[in-house]
Amino acid sequence: MSPVIPIRAESGVGCTDVVPLVERGQREVFCGLTGIIWLHRKIQDAFFLIVGSRTCAHLMQSAAGVMIFAEPRFGTAIIDERDLAGLADVHDELDRVVNQLLQRRPDIRLLFLVGSCPSEVIKLDLSRAAERQNQLHHPQVRVLNYSGSGIETTFTQGEDACLAALVPTLPTHPTNPAKPAKPNSETKAPHELLVVGTLADVVEDQLGHLLSQMGIEVHFFPPRNSQKMPTLRAGMPFLLAQPFLADTAKLLQDRGARHLAAPFPLGLEGTTAWLQAAARQFGVSQADFDRVTAGPRQRAEKALAVHRSQLQNKTIFFFPDSQLEIPLARFLNRELGMHLVEVGTPYLHRQLMAPELAWLPSGTRISEGQDVDRQLDRCLQDHPDMVVCGLGLANPLEAQGITTKWAIELVFTPIQGYEQAADLAGLFSRPLRRRQKLAA
Amino acid sequence: MQLTLWTYEGPPHVGAMRIATAMQDVHYVLHAPQGDTYADLLFTMIERLPKRPPVTYTTFQARDLGGDTAELFKDAARLAIERFQPAALLVGSSCTAELIQDDPGGLAQALNLPIPVVPLELPSYQRKENWGASETFYQLCRRLVKKPTPQPTEARPRPRPRPTCNLLGPTALGFRHRDDVKEISQLLDSLGIEVSVVAPLNASVADIEKLAQADFNVVLYPEIGMTTASWLAREFGQPFTKQVPLGFNATRDFVQEVCALAQVPVPSAEHLSANARWYAQSVDSTYLTGKRVYLFGDATHVVCAARIASQEMGFEVVGLGTYSREFAREVRECAKSYGLEALITDDYLAVEEQISQLQPELILGTQMERHIAKRQGIPCAVISAPVHVQDFPARYAPQMGFEGANVIFDTWVHPLMMGLEEHLLGMFRQDFEFHAGAAPSHLGSGHSAAAEVPPQLAAKEASNQATWSVEAEKELGKIPFFVRGKARRNTEKYALDQGVSTITVDTLYDAKAHFSR
Repeated sequence: MSPVIPIRAESGVGCTDVVPLVERGQREVFCGLTGIIWLHRKIQDAFFLIVGSRTCAHLMQSAAGVMIFAEPRFGTAIIDERDLAGLADVHDELDRVVNQLLQRRPDIRLLFLVGSCPSEVIKLDLSRAAERQNQLHHPQVRVLNYSGSGIETTFTQGEDACLAALVPTLPTHPTNPAKPAKPNSETKAPHELLVVGTLADVVEDQLGHLLSQMGIEVHFFPPRNSQKMPTLRAGMPFLLAQPFLADTAKLLQDRGARHLAAPFPLGLEGTTAWLQAAARQFGVSQADFDRVTAGPRQRAEKALAVHRSQLQNKTIFFFPDSQLEIPLARFLNRELGMHLVEVGTPYLHRQLMAPELAWLPSGTRISEGQDVDRQLDRCLQDHPDMVVCGLGLANPLEAQGITTKWAIELVFTPIQGYEQAADLAGLFSRPLRRRQKLAA
Repeated sequence: MQLTLWTYEGPPHVGAMRIATAMQDVHYVLHAPQGDTYADLLFTMIERLPKRPPVTYTTFQARDLGGDTAELFKDAARLAIERFQPAALLVGSSCTAELIQDDPGGLAQALNLPIPVVPLELPSYQRKENWGASETFYQLCRRLVKKPTPQPTEARPRPRPRPTCNLLGPTALGFRHRDDVKEISQLLDSLGIEVSVVAPLNASVADIEKLAQADFNVVLYPEIGMTTASWLAREFGQPFTKQVPLGFNATRDFVQEVCALAQVPVPSAEHLSANARWYAQSVDSTYLTGKRVYLFGDATHVVCAARIASQEMGFEVVGLGTYSREFAREVRECAKSYGLEALITDDYLAVEEQISQLQPELILGTQMERHIAKRQGIPCAVISAPVHVQDFPARYAPQMGFEGANVIFDTWVHPLMMGLEEHLLGMFRQDFEFHAGAAPSHLGSGHSAAAEVPPQLAAKEASNQATWSVEAEKELGKIPFFVRGKARRNTEKYALDQGVSTITVDTLYDAKAHFSR
């Protein structure tokens, strides 16, 4: 089937066959625990209990900062000497802490025991603990476990691990058709789409509205409430809303869902291609697709123009952070005319990233992993107009005269979809404008 | 195992980072997994330091645990020395590395490095940040401080040189340490006492080496400097100060103490004054009398703040406590003198519970108590670490010395004055300028502009005003509250300009795109 909307003519395969610069050394990135900061806001009746050290607790409050004034729905069961020396049975202690927590928070319906570096190293079996606690607390509370440890996960991989832990619990539709749904409207298969990955509520509503106008019913995973988990059907198509969900995608496929390959819904072009993947799946006509998307597309186009004039021909360098780097680089390059000096990613998943890689200009320097000192050497040597990096590096680079954008803001801010395309561009144009103003 | 929502102190290796980051030419190689680098942001974002902390993290992963984590450590140490060329190296483990027992000290020794190496044993599952900072400073000094060379006896007696002292304890990420050092250095200078070395803040390895040459030590922050000062006293007979100059009276006592140690005359009382003293005596401060205050923080700041609150502000101390277990005895004694029992805990929930029970009129605490105060609607001022970015002000704002007493007076009274203002608003609730719909006056006059629009004009505008559709209103509700007002105004303006009579979801986003800059 031909694309519903003609997408810009391609001049080859972009970075499809790229050989990334793979580095090993000090990594200036968060561990997977940090994902709890947005996951606990999303699933409003879930609590995330890290089983770890004081460092884990300190990381969480430093990364979350003062954003949360109310009692947060995350905490740390801090392992102490007595647990390590075997003076206390760690499992008994954990049960006691969980009881204490659930008494304090009777509103909690889903509890995650989240593994950390120390709990992994001492081989504390949290799946066993979760199983035991489920016997005590289910059905009032479901207890699951996953690992957000730094020895196994990088920043956004924490969400992947969390969602992967949820996938086996998703209900299956009772009238489960044996054969997969055909991709056209003649069969009785319902037009149900699963969208996977945490999005801001406002973005979900916008994308959901657009798709429903095309006659597609959307279920979001994770849901806003643990009691509203989406129901899986065999052959149910799903789209990834976030690029870092490789394990979750695989488990969904193992349960019979089908992944629709698409670029990620960042920017005008990315959002169109992402929606189009769904439209194509359900046989939505081009006229219908145009009717639904024309307005938002025109708005986004108009709003982006302002930022394009500020970002055109500026150079940008990405330090690895969230795995959003490649889709962001694609957006900044194709829609705003920025030049990519280096695109660092903590991990390159070629299969999920294939549509994005094809859209990057060939020859782009892509790096995977990190040796932060050497990467800083390259960055200072290249002296880009803008650097996207973590909080530990931003001010030191600013002090050396380099404009930066905190990568973490790109994870916490609604940036997906048409109505946010210009907001996303604004996150990059504002630091440049600010530097100009202060220099004047 | 302890359930923790917020923690007052980080792990002990963060304390070690505070020492390394404070100093000029020390590097810290920390055996740690990916993710522990979060600690860098404490310094670069909260304290806004313009350079990265001098810390190399080995960043081991699960796949390394099988075998070569020790090799990883050795490579990291070698590369760090090559790249950063420090004058001394600290080596140690974070909580996870402590469990794999690679012995960074032994590994570093095997490297035969050309500079002094200080191995740190900081038990993560037992100790915390301030202890880690204290222990690191102590180990560094033990390794580096040189015996003072005896002065050659001369035939002719020379004029006695100015007495000298060191300032011990200020670190990176300390609550107002930068400004306290400046204030106390100026005070000592005015007394005719020379500051030889400030450590660890801005000290070099060469500075640490000559610590023992000074006549005495001033311990600014006992939580961090006391262990080292005690050791210097034992080892080199250097006396140290016991009085921390926090508050007007405490600063006067401090002056007495250092003058005695330096054998210089004590200046007369009129030379030791502060505006805060007069302000507290002035008639408008009468309303402060007997205000019920609650104090929580590190031991030193709480003990000193209790004295200021009680003797210098005329408050009533209704409760106090600390998270500094190492100084629990001092804080218990202090509490007893106010007829109270101290709360010694690092459990933020226990502090919150005590505050709810006591219902004080003012909380003097840390960043955590600020959260508690906000929830309970009680005025609050910050007196101790842990603090957040707003407690690293651009201006000069010491806590110590006479200027510190002034800063403290202003800081503590400010939230209460706001309280007084709210009280007046309540009294005049029926007044036309203070009606229930008016915004609090501290938000500025601009916020009450709506009330000043003449009724005819308001009516005219209302007739042109587009109406909001239910869906659009609902969509507006999804926009974060702090920009919602702006979004509403912009959309209405846009609708007016475009002659749109009903605002739909599309109008909302059309306007958003229109105003997007």
